[in-house]
Amino acid sequence: MATYELTAPLCDEDVKKLKAGDVVKLTGIIYTARDAAHKRLCDMLDKGEELPFDLKGAVIYYVGPSPAPEGRPIGSAGPTTSYRMDSYAPRLHSLGVKATIGKGKRSAEVRKALEDHTGVYFGATGGAGALLSQCIDKAEVIAFDELGPEAIRKLTVTKFPLLVVNDSYGNEQYAKPNYDL
Amino acid sequence: MRTIKAETIHNAVVDLVLTAARYLPEDVKQAIADARENEDSASAREILGQLLENAELAASSGLPLCQDTGVGIFFVELGDQVHVEGNLIEVINKAMIEGYEKGLLRKSLCHPLTRANTGDNSPAVVHVDIVPGDKINIKHMAKGGGSENMSRCTMLTPAQGWEGIKEFVVRRMAEAGPNPCPPTIVGIGIGGTFDLAPALAKKALFRPLSEPNPDPELAKMEEELLAEINKLGIGPMGLGGKTTSLGVKIEMRPCHIASLPLAVNVQCHSSRIKEVEI
Repeated sequence: MATYELTAPLCDEDVKKLKAGDVVKLTGIIYTARDAAHKRLCDMLDKGEELPFDLKGAVIYYVGPSPAPEGRPIGSAGPTTSYRMDSYAPRLHSLGVKATIGKGKRSAEVRKALEDHTGVYFGATGGAGALLSQCIDKAEVIAFDELGPEAIRKLTVTKFPLLVVNDSYGNEQYAKPNYDL
Repeated sequence: MRTIKAETIHNAVVDLVLTAARYLPEDVKQAIADARENEDSASAREILGQLLENAELAASSGLPLCQDTGVGIFFVELGDQVHVEGNLIEVINKAMIEGYEKGLLRKSLCHPLTRANTGDNSPAVVHVDIVPGDKINIKHMAKGGGSENMSRCTMLTPAQGWEGIKEFVVRRMAEAGPNPCPPTIVGIGIGGTFDLAPALAKKALFRPLSEPNPDPELAKMEEELLAEINKLGIGPMGLGGKTTSLGVKIEMRPCHIASLPLAVNVQCHSSRIKEVEI
């Protein structure tokens, strides 16, 4: 298992070298979006409207941060559970999104989309929102301000600690429970 | 009759909200530290270490432990010799709103269908029990959505008994896997009625990890379930390990002869609870 330092937006070559279990320190620009924002993005795609950020090479962080205290760019900012975005993720990957950041299992459709479109699913530590916020240098709402915590934010991050959970080769890092499901 | 001013309750509730969001209870911190010692896997130890670091950072910086600062839930035990000046539910709700605003806590409540945010995290969820005495005990939990979504309620047949309960709980935790931010704390409500079992399951989560059920039979069941859940090997954040749950807490009540209600309320490792007695 390797450790990589990558810069977002990501390209196919970045994604191809990642294997489930690798650690990534991510620097650069990433975008926040969760439930309501994903619905709006897909509604905009249906209507043929231009999206608030370029999907090509984009990294989407499933997070709804707490409000920023004075002197800080953002409040607590850990990942939210990803499966709720599973119905949107394949479409966004097909349009250029390279990675998503969240916590928890993804559907078979998302895992297939990662293989088909050279994508990766990163896990961040859930419930470590205060700690993870220390890697966020800048946060700016760029769309859907009225959604409050669910607005789309452009984040500038430095060495954001991530684990490759699902890679572009069909591998998954989560432990299989000792239970016949 | 003892009269308690609305203002006294208001101030106490604001304090509960602010404190619960930032300070992980000592017994939970201790349980995470102990689990870290017990883990062989490097990733499990790394994650549990991050959780301890996060707790320290939240306490020192004033940032909430988790960005999901949850639904404001309150279990109130209201003494029958207490007269509250003002409307108790209204006071708690207003104080919860003030606490979320003051503490820069995320407002997460919305209309179930339009998804429009209510803007102030209201309404608080308040359960009131009338008890003998002239005091008010208020238990507060800030409950995150990720773990709450993994909770389930079912109506077993009486014949399914303890084996059926075990099977349902362990299967649920296996299905939940990494989603509820393991290591979890599992609240179990057994008995009562369809509506009461989940409330019991949630109430169970207030009992400190260091306190087994006072009933030795139930304490044994808690221990057995915890061992079964930890055998799943899901581990911290689902990446494998011995610590899938930090504790199982059961509350039980009599039920109808035809029924065996069962509820599993899943709590993440960030167990934001705090109580006050006035």
